[in-house]
Amino acid sequence: MGKIVIDPITRIEGHLKIEAVVDDGQVKEAYSSGTLFRGLEIILRGRDPRDAQRITQRICGVCPAIHATAATLNLDSAFGIADKIPDNGRIIRNLILGSNFIQSHVLHFYHLAALDYVDVTKVAHYEGNDPALNAVKDFIERGALGPFVPRYEGDYRLPDEIDQLATAHYLEALAARRKAHEMLAIFGGKMPHDMGIVPGGVTQPPTIDKIAAFLWRLNELRDFIDRVYIPDVLAVAENYPDYFEIGTGCGNLLAYGAFDLDGHEPDLLKRDRLLKSGTVSTDLKLGEVNAAKIAEEVKHSWYADVSTGRHPSQGMTEPQPDKEGAYSWLKSPRYGGQVYEVGPLARMVVAYAQGSPTVKEMVGSTLARFKASPAALFSVLGRHAARALECKVVADAMADWLLELKPGEPVYTEYTIPQESTGMGLVGGPRGALGHWVEVRDHKIANYQCVVPTTWNASPRDDKGQPGPIEQALTGTRVKDEDNPFEIVRIVRSFDPCLACAVHLVTPKGRSLGKFRVL
Amino acid sequence: MRESKTQEYPVIWLQGAGCSGCAVSLLNAVSPSVRNVLVDEVIPGKHVNLRFHPTVMAGAGDPVIEVLEEAEQNLKGGYLLVVEGSVPTAEDGVYCVIGENDEEPISMLSHVESLGREAMAVIALGTCAAFGGVPAGKPNPTQCQSVQEVFSSRSITTPLINIPGCPPHPDWFVGTVASILLVGLPSPDELDVHLRPKLFFGDLIHENCPRRAYFDEGKFAKKLSDPYCLYELGCKGPVTHADCPTRLWNNGVNWCVGNGSPCIGCCEPGFPDVVSPFYEKITDEAIPNIGA
Repeated sequence: MGKIVIDPITRIEGHLKIEAVVDDGQVKEAYSSGTLFRGLEIILRGRDPRDAQRITQRICGVCPAIHATAATLNLDSAFGIADKIPDNGRIIRNLILGSNFIQSHVLHFYHLAALDYVDVTKVAHYEGNDPALNAVKDFIERGALGPFVPRYEGDYRLPDEIDQLATAHYLEALAARRKAHEMLAIFGGKMPHDMGIVPGGVTQPPTIDKIAAFLWRLNELRDFIDRVYIPDVLAVAENYPDYFEIGTGCGNLLAYGAFDLDGHEPDLLKRDRLLKSGTVSTDLKLGEVNAAKIAEEVKHSWYADVSTGRHPSQGMTEPQPDKEGAYSWLKSPRYGGQVYEVGPLARMVVAYAQGSPTVKEMVGSTLARFKASPAALFSVLGRHAARALECKVVADAMADWLLELKPGEPVYTEYTIPQESTGMGLVGGPRGALGHWVEVRDHKIANYQCVVPTTWNASPRDDKGQPGPIEQALTGTRVKDEDNPFEIVRIVRSFDPCLACAVHLVTPKGRSLGKFRVL
Repeated sequence: MRESKTQEYPVIWLQGAGCSGCAVSLLNAVSPSVRNVLVDEVIPGKHVNLRFHPTVMAGAGDPVIEVLEEAEQNLKGGYLLVVEGSVPTAEDGVYCVIGENDEEPISMLSHVESLGREAMAVIALGTCAAFGGVPAGKPNPTQCQSVQEVFSSRSITTPLINIPGCPPHPDWFVGTVASILLVGLPSPDELDVHLRPKLFFGDLIHENCPRRAYFDEGKFAKKLSDPYCLYELGCKGPVTHADCPTRLWNNGVNWCVGNGSPCIGCCEPGFPDVVSPFYEKITDEAIPNIGA
């Protein structure tokens, strides 16, 4: 029995180590560990509650807008104004968040995931006239190949011309994601770490020139999604079809929903949203999300067992670094005691099972193209396809929202910070279900808790010994070449992990480096 | 491989206690674009050879850790080290670990020490690396330090440039690197007391703010989304050094105050503690004597 240790896992956000126990070419057990801790929740204590929107964005520079959104929904509810946000404010929040969905999904596929499938060095044989590809060819001929080499070698299967086209698209996608940030900044001020989404609404009233500047960037991006992004995901799928069967995972999916279409329902899980909330499993049976069923377990995390099984609003962080049997700084969020995966796959399968006409048609035609059943969605390629299709759903909806803005009408409502209050903000981010909880005392933050997408997906075994979603997705996988474990990194990256999000909560004390081992 | 006259400038980019926002901000560079920086000769005859970057590089695991070891041993004084994120120092740096050596985890602290000592120069990119930033915010649970603090406590004398910002503007980084390639490291008088290039951080936001006239006339926004000066809503422009009002962000589309959002002072030492609460007015005494 051997062991594959990959540290660092790169092309993700943050610091992750994966250990896989391999027997006869097959993963028997897998363990994921985050390797950075900042303690932002501790840093938030005692601060002005409004500052949480600014500070929690610094959890993640890839998707700060979703933390801004969750924090403001959380603070809106704590300040008693969840049902009073003006429509202009609600819509601009959606436009800012939607811009970051596009940015994040494009970045993930091309710049974080694609190099597992696309062989950039094939551009050495390029004979055409594309200046960008010829620049890459010159770069290859000069011979200093960082950051594209070293890498795992062997399983690159695309024909030369598709490798070359995909490399050109890798470069085009750099400009596309940049444009998505420019679009965001029109109402968000700047990006990363946008300034526009605040408790009470947004800071920037809409004007006709801003709407037009936004719309034409959006139109270019919609063209990119239709013409480049979705076809490239399909081209990868055609050449790596076994990845419809690799990385199945836990088979349970959870979505909170995102993009408020109604600003007056204070219960976020009842609010009408573009992307709906729900739970769904491999049998495609739907369930409603009940926030009371969320709890975090810690049996295999470095926390005292007394803190296990708590709802995040009562969340507690008592580190116990030498705890027997623990191997992660991540807690294990569970829904009704079961393991759930979050992310675009969850949202697209929920929409598919609910019969959303747009999603049903898109997912159905994708499955038909590969002669696959819905079960194939629970896979590495299923996650990439869901992300790409969701990108289109969001971008198309944004064009309609933009025209609903009413220049001259308010974007912001005033409030006072209550002496004592509690809040909850639940929303789906690019990487999945995100929850923020706050307790306000003496007008200050007494407790702030976040349960973030990657904590769900990269969680360790729970109190019942059930491995987390990524661990389950790795278990049973055949690894063709243990020195070049493509299968493992492709599975892990299909979840689009964000470790800075996942491990920001903890306050570890005194662990020796020598004990930072799983096996 | 053909005979190449191109001079390669190896760059090693470490990420510590941060959020990758600095790396994502660099992806927003326009002219030159990040594609130009990675692939092309960013200055004629000179190419930035980005050998290690956790968010960008193709490889993972041991092969990329070997890139770091190789730089430290064989490129002494010949590579530029970029540090993003601050450096957790509590418990010998256990709170941020990057890779293993003979099954022993290697801390960010240890990487910064060993690679920092042998680098030609170090750019502490972003407020976390330059000054500690959000992870060093009170009560600083992991005892995060800036690169400068780590260096001074360990007598490391490698030239250091701080490029703060949460995140930094891509021009500030690309401009600094281009300047190093063109004319070498900045002279001491080109940096301010906090080792920031004066070219980008020489003026206060307040000195160049397009809403400055409202301040001078006493016209202040009373609530967010109002026009007028944001001073009474907590704007930290009067105490923050950066060229945001003239450079603008995201390809010139906008910037914080232009968006009606009070400056949060993200380029200053002590961010976030000394410039928060973000929405509380700074005291009049704190405003420097502008223009005098």
